[in-house]
Amino acid sequence: MSGATGAMNADIRPIRTAAETALGDLFASVRDALPGGRAVSAAREQGFAPIAARGLPSRRVEEWKYTDLRALMRVAQPLSGPPSAADIAAARALLPFAEVEAARAVFVNGAYVAELSDPLDGLEGVSVRRLPDALEAGGGAVLAPFGLPEGEPAAGLNAAFVGDGLVIEVAAGARPDKALHVANVQVGVGHAAYGRVAATLGAGAAFTLIESHVGDAGAHQTNGLVSLDLADAAELTLVKLQDEGLATLHLATLTARLGARTKLSSLALSAGSAAARQQLFVSFEGDHASAELTGAGFAGAKRHLDTTLVVTHDALHCASREHFKTALDGQARSVFQGKIVVKPGAQKTDGKMMAQALLLSEDAEADAKPELEIFADDVVCGHGATVGALDDELLFYLKARGIPQGEAEALLVRAFVGEVLEGVEDEPLRDALLDRAARWLVARD
Amino acid sequence: MPAVQETVARVREIDVDQYKYGFVTDIESERAEQGLNEDIVRFISAKKDEPEWMLEWRLDAYRRWRTMTEPNWARVDYPPIPYDDLYYYSAPKAFVAPKTLDDVDPELLRTYEKLGIPLREQEILAGVEQRRVAVDAVFDSVSVATTFKAELAKAGVIFCPISEAIREHPELVKKYLGSVVPTTDNFFATLNSAVFSDGSFVYVPKGVRCPMELSTYFRINERNTGQFERTLIIADEGAYVSYLEGCTAPMRDENQLHAAVVELVALDDAEIKYSTVQNWYPGDAEGKGGIYNFVTKRGDCRGKNSKISWTQVETGSAITWKYPSCILRGEGSRGEFYSIAISNGRQQVDSGTKMIHLGKNTTSKIISKGISAGHSQNTYRGLVSAHRKASNARNFTNCDSLLIGENCGAHTVPYLEAKTSTAVFEHEATTSKISDDQKFYCQQRGLSEEEAVALIVNGFVKDVLQQLPMEFAVEAQKLISISLEGSVG
Repeated sequence: MSGATGAMNADIRPIRTAAETALGDLFASVRDALPGGRAVSAAREQGFAPIAARGLPSRRVEEWKYTDLRALMRVAQPLSGPPSAADIAAARALLPFAEVEAARAVFVNGAYVAELSDPLDGLEGVSVRRLPDALEAGGGAVLAPFGLPEGEPAAGLNAAFVGDGLVIEVAAGARPDKALHVANVQVGVGHAAYGRVAATLGAGAAFTLIESHVGDAGAHQTNGLVSLDLADAAELTLVKLQDEGLATLHLATLTARLGARTKLSSLALSAGSAAARQQLFVSFEGDHASAELTGAGFAGAKRHLDTTLVVTHDALHCASREHFKTALDGQARSVFQGKIVVKPGAQKTDGKMMAQALLLSEDAEADAKPELEIFADDVVCGHGATVGALDDELLFYLKARGIPQGEAEALLVRAFVGEVLEGVEDEPLRDALLDRAARWLVARD
Repeated sequence: MPAVQETVARVREIDVDQYKYGFVTDIESERAEQGLNEDIVRFISAKKDEPEWMLEWRLDAYRRWRTMTEPNWARVDYPPIPYDDLYYYSAPKAFVAPKTLDDVDPELLRTYEKLGIPLREQEILAGVEQRRVAVDAVFDSVSVATTFKAELAKAGVIFCPISEAIREHPELVKKYLGSVVPTTDNFFATLNSAVFSDGSFVYVPKGVRCPMELSTYFRINERNTGQFERTLIIADEGAYVSYLEGCTAPMRDENQLHAAVVELVALDDAEIKYSTVQNWYPGDAEGKGGIYNFVTKRGDCRGKNSKISWTQVETGSAITWKYPSCILRGEGSRGEFYSIAISNGRQQVDSGTKMIHLGKNTTSKIISKGISAGHSQNTYRGLVSAHRKASNARNFTNCDSLLIGENCGAHTVPYLEAKTSTAVFEHEATTSKISDDQKFYCQQRGLSEEEAVALIVNGFVKDVLQQLPMEFAVEAQKLISISLEGSVG
């Protein structure tokens, strides 16, 4: 903007922070020892290049304007070693979604733990391999990004350091009756954990992926990446719970490539971590596809929740819906940056994006930047954003009927986020998410 | 809408490449030497007979500007501007500030007549129906005529070229100049602070409602010159003023630079309404030539219950980089922004507003209508922020874009920052094309396709047109049709 002097000084780089130096040293020392070895080191280096060149992104970088990673990441935690028996026992107690019927793959401190997981070959028509095996067999291709902005730093860090994860291939036409639940648990004093799930769906396949992130109070740094590649007419449902300990820094990237007539539905509930940033990069590459991206977030104290998404329409007749809701208490801050891009020729695109923030305390802060970037004329695109407190009249209505203030607030917030969470079809899963929301409404942490 | 037939007829008369105001006035002029250095700044200051403090102020800005880099975040694309090859001062030769209109070079008066600007007071007075408008006309770098001065003086209103204000009202200028847009603000504003040559100055004293609309017409005539005007408007407690600004330039193959600064100050209970019809030469259909319009406009609602309203119709310029903003400092103050930005051919528009809520109970409203046609790119970029102490801040934003043709782009980049829970922000934006249904409906009732588009577009921008003073609204409506010529079919 005309008043900002910040943009003009964007190229002035301060001296490297301790975290940046540590990351550089760490990368140099582990690069060749990580799974895949030298065969994939080019892909890892490519990922680390933006950090090596420019350091961690700060508020002077437009995409990170409201989430200053350089300030949030004061130290770089060491990579976690393999989990001990005590770690595994502790992790077992933290696992969510016990009542949800799904095949489970559990990662403790970033490493796959077979004794907590179901067999990987339990889903019909689905091949599930561990990432290290895929790296050994297939080289760095699985680390090569698609659909990511050039030099994206969070995904870059993931490519540089990721040691474990899953490579999932759903055969054409396969429609397994159970979902796959990838659970990530962090236990210990504080470490860095990187995970990656790469899923490819054949034509006409349908699949449900559940992703959960939980952990103890350690100062962990987690960085996850999920890539989804949908062939024509494939359907994918993704449900994510981010409920990490309140000292954790959570970075997550979702990238999806959608073929013709595909359907993607993604829902995320963010209730944990000190600071979290979820990035979504979705691109429509075939005609008549649709995507529904939704999210609900809760934050109290001094927590920070960021949702950043770019939806790129590069095909005809595609529809996208984005709906994100956040409730904030204490001095928490929410960030929503959403961008719908319609490429030249992507006619008949229908895009609608909505971001809503509810401020429950005087000092909470909400920043929103909903963008449209449109290069085709026969489209219907819109976005809306609202920021505000609870409606006094609604509160009064409830209180006049004898409901105490706190309960009345909880009811209204529950209704506010319920709109998003109630879209989950699997009943035990929906109940588990609503239950988590209800717990936040009591604790407001 | 009766205007439709007329506008369509008028559009037909005018070929798209025949920018109506594209003629050059053949008048001898005096220019400063090419390039920019401290001597040029001294030269401009000396030409204007400025006091020492003003020269220092300029030099300060100049030295700072040398350390700054051009901003590149806007969605506009242009070759590097050769700042050191431009002329920073141009004035009609042997220019002596005119005492009456009879002293003004008749060639200049003819120019303004061609532009349709009523400089001659008598003519206006003769037209009984017409409302009276006081005009300050700026030709290249100097103000050539200010009308109705005597009558305004009776009401206590000061309306004069800013160069005159620096000499005659230094206490006001010193107090307010640079207090809204500091010399350090941004690259283009700093450049302007160093080399601005003229512009308008308005002071409306306490409790005075300015008896007529004030208006400035800017004209760039000379080749390779930059125009840097500076406008300062102060509405003292309880005052009201409505100010109109219009701009044109000849057609030239080269691009010309226009970097203006406008500062508005509204004290307690004051209201300033600022309207712009910007019709600088947009370049030809291939994007050759045209004005680079890099403007910093900002209003400061300094007093309680003050109000500043910006209305703009942007049809011209090859590149527009402009964000008229309001700083809502005073308790209960209000900011408004109404904008129509139309781009056709190869025009690039990056425009919007900033509403910065600092005081309690401040409100703001943004209505932005962008229309892109041809190969143009049209971006709305805006910020609404409420600071911790701005309790009960309220904002409503609506920005709609209309696309005509498949080679243009329409973009929306709003920033919303709420730091207090009592703030209520609502933002909505849509992008669409003229629906076939609407067009069919109109055509079925006997309108041609062009008429139908003109009618629909006029309806699309109606909310904003209504905010314009009468005579501007009519002018703007016609401009809109002309700007969109060639975009249909």
